[in-house]
Amino acid sequence: MSILIDGATPIIYQGFTGDKGTFHAKESIAYGSNLVGGVTPGKGGTTHLGLPVFNTVKEAVRATGATASGIFVPAPFCADAIMEAADAGIRLIVCITDGIPAQDMMRVKRYMRRYPRERKPTLIGPNCAGVISPGKSMIGIMPGHIYTAGRVGVVTRSGTLGYEAASQMSALGIGVSTSVGIGGDPINGSSFVDMLQRFEQDEDTDAVMMIGEIGGPQEAEASVYVRDHMSKPVVGYVAGLSAPRGKRMGHAGAIISAFGDSAAEKAEIMRNSGLVVAPSPAELGSAMRRAITKRPARTVVV
Amino acid sequence: MDIHEYQAKELLAGFGVSVPRGGVAYTAEQAVYRAEEIGGSQWVVKAQIHSGARGKAGGIKVCSTEHEVREAAGELLGKKLVTHQTGPAGKIVHRLYVEAAVPIVRELYIGLVLDRRAERVCVVAAPEGGMEIEEIARRAPDTILREIVEPAVGMQPFQARELAFGLGLDASQVNQAVKCILGAYRAFRDLDATMVEINPLAVTKTGQVLALDAKMTFDDNALFRRPSVNELRDYAEEDPRDAEAAKHGLNYIALDGSIGCIVNGAGLAMATMDMIKHAGGEPANFLDIGGGASPERVAAAFRLVLSDPRVRCVLVNIFAGINRCDWVAQGIIQAAMDVKVPVPIVVRLAGTNVELGRKILRESRLRMIAADNLADAAQKSVDALSGSTSGSLLAEMEVVS
Repeated sequence: MSILIDGATPIIYQGFTGDKGTFHAKESIAYGSNLVGGVTPGKGGTTHLGLPVFNTVKEAVRATGATASGIFVPAPFCADAIMEAADAGIRLIVCITDGIPAQDMMRVKRYMRRYPRERKPTLIGPNCAGVISPGKSMIGIMPGHIYTAGRVGVVTRSGTLGYEAASQMSALGIGVSTSVGIGGDPINGSSFVDMLQRFEQDEDTDAVMMIGEIGGPQEAEASVYVRDHMSKPVVGYVAGLSAPRGKRMGHAGAIISAFGDSAAEKAEIMRNSGLVVAPSPAELGSAMRRAITKRPARTVVV
Repeated sequence: MDIHEYQAKELLAGFGVSVPRGGVAYTAEQAVYRAEEIGGSQWVVKAQIHSGARGKAGGIKVCSTEHEVREAAGELLGKKLVTHQTGPAGKIVHRLYVEAAVPIVRELYIGLVLDRRAERVCVVAAPEGGMEIEEIARRAPDTILREIVEPAVGMQPFQARELAFGLGLDASQVNQAVKCILGAYRAFRDLDATMVEINPLAVTKTGQVLALDAKMTFDDNALFRRPSVNELRDYAEEDPRDAEAAKHGLNYIALDGSIGCIVNGAGLAMATMDMIKHAGGEPANFLDIGGGASPERVAAAFRLVLSDPRVRCVLVNIFAGINRCDWVAQGIIQAAMDVKVPVPIVVRLAGTNVELGRKILRESRLRMIAADNLADAAQKSVDALSGSTSGSLLAEMEVVS
């Protein structure tokens, strides 16, 4: 198994016929993902990349039974696209688009609260690289060939730093069960904790790599979760040790504005919570090797 | 995006927030004219730069005669103000705001921010304003009041009332404060702000509640639907390199070190900076070339990084997913043709089309230092600074015929 997606997951792409949607849909199909169609309002009834195009997500779900959607819709229309997917009953929504207004995401998160727990969709992103279960399926923009299938879960804000982690581990013969990019926005769908929870329960994941960055409370909350609820070893790293305060480092969410926001503070919290902290971004792979060879499984303190 | 105090006050006034009478001035003449227009016997001449703590830096002057207004304006215009927010470089004053001086009895704090934990707008109030919220949080954290706004219905009057009574205002002032708080909330929501700060919100001797200073920051991602806000952008307040970067779709932040960085992805860019520090060097900048970078964009990145005279080595670190190594390689070559690169270049390529990218660089016969991985790249950049790998370097990169 893996988390979120496997080879059988039926996937649609929203913004399917646009440049970005087309390019990455092709890549996903080539990787072996089970793409079953796409949505572009106004182009329903046509065929694109050999797959049916629908006007609405509801029609697409009715016709194809899709349970997952990759969103490549331009930022101004993205909040709407996410809510449409949720309303149509899509279980996993992966939003790749970056540049969504923060207040739009606030409304999306509020909208999601209307669903009872068992019907609440999982939102990954926005502003993320997507999800890949190596050798099985991919929704997103990552270069599939750098991933080796294996038993380490990866969860990261940054896309490229996720690639870095995967390739360092590949070089050491360590493979990945699923890699999830949760995105670099201040308000995002799933948090580190949401993914750690799934990795802890996944029987094909033995250890987790968690890569955070400056800004926001999520890394600290995740560290506490690891301390209190996880039996599997977790390797952590926080990008931005050299980042100055008050400057937005590329990602809208990557800004040091409050206490506990800086990389050093977050790394300290990780260390105190029992994570193996990689001393530098070049040692993500070696830190994982140390964690899975030397560390016995920790007992869970509930 | 930040705007000036006078712009923020104008916007907030449109949403029912009371502010003192005032007007903007670009010359000493205009400042005097504004003072006459406002009337009264005392005015405040305030330097308009994108920074707080202007008072401490000498950017705010109280004047009692037209002559004093003229003198204050003459002194402030063109002056460089250095605050802890501007950094040591400071900012030059190009605009002034002349305002009626009002005698006050109390200073309060009101701030609206996007609370990342709650994923909602949080309205913060404190009974002792006039100092920064960080200082209030240090000195009297228990006095800070908070209201989280439910986004489906927006801020409700009872929430504003709770804050106003919590601040210890009397009944006649509460209504004014409620109007101000709700107005600030509507401005935040309707203009896609990420921060609104009224500090101080003052109670005057005559019992009026007025915004004496105001600051607004807007969501860059939402400017496309707020053209009237976008028009308030003051390019003089921004680093020209930032504007140049934005034009090419690059994300650039100047830092103090000597190793220029060209990286794809914000996370990897930060990690590259960390790695340089780890290897004993200092990064000169943060630069994310973004996804789908064309050769032109890479060349623009080189020009930008090299415009910093402190840069003594450039490190290119690309892990291509959405990007392609061959395009990045072409960009490096284009940059080398366009601009002389007077410093060593260390290149690390990985990911999509990496073999093709390396081949292009090899065949270009440009002198550069190839690195295998992140650690290697950082180490070689630091070594290049001290010249310890100079055997393989040219002092000036050139096309070898």
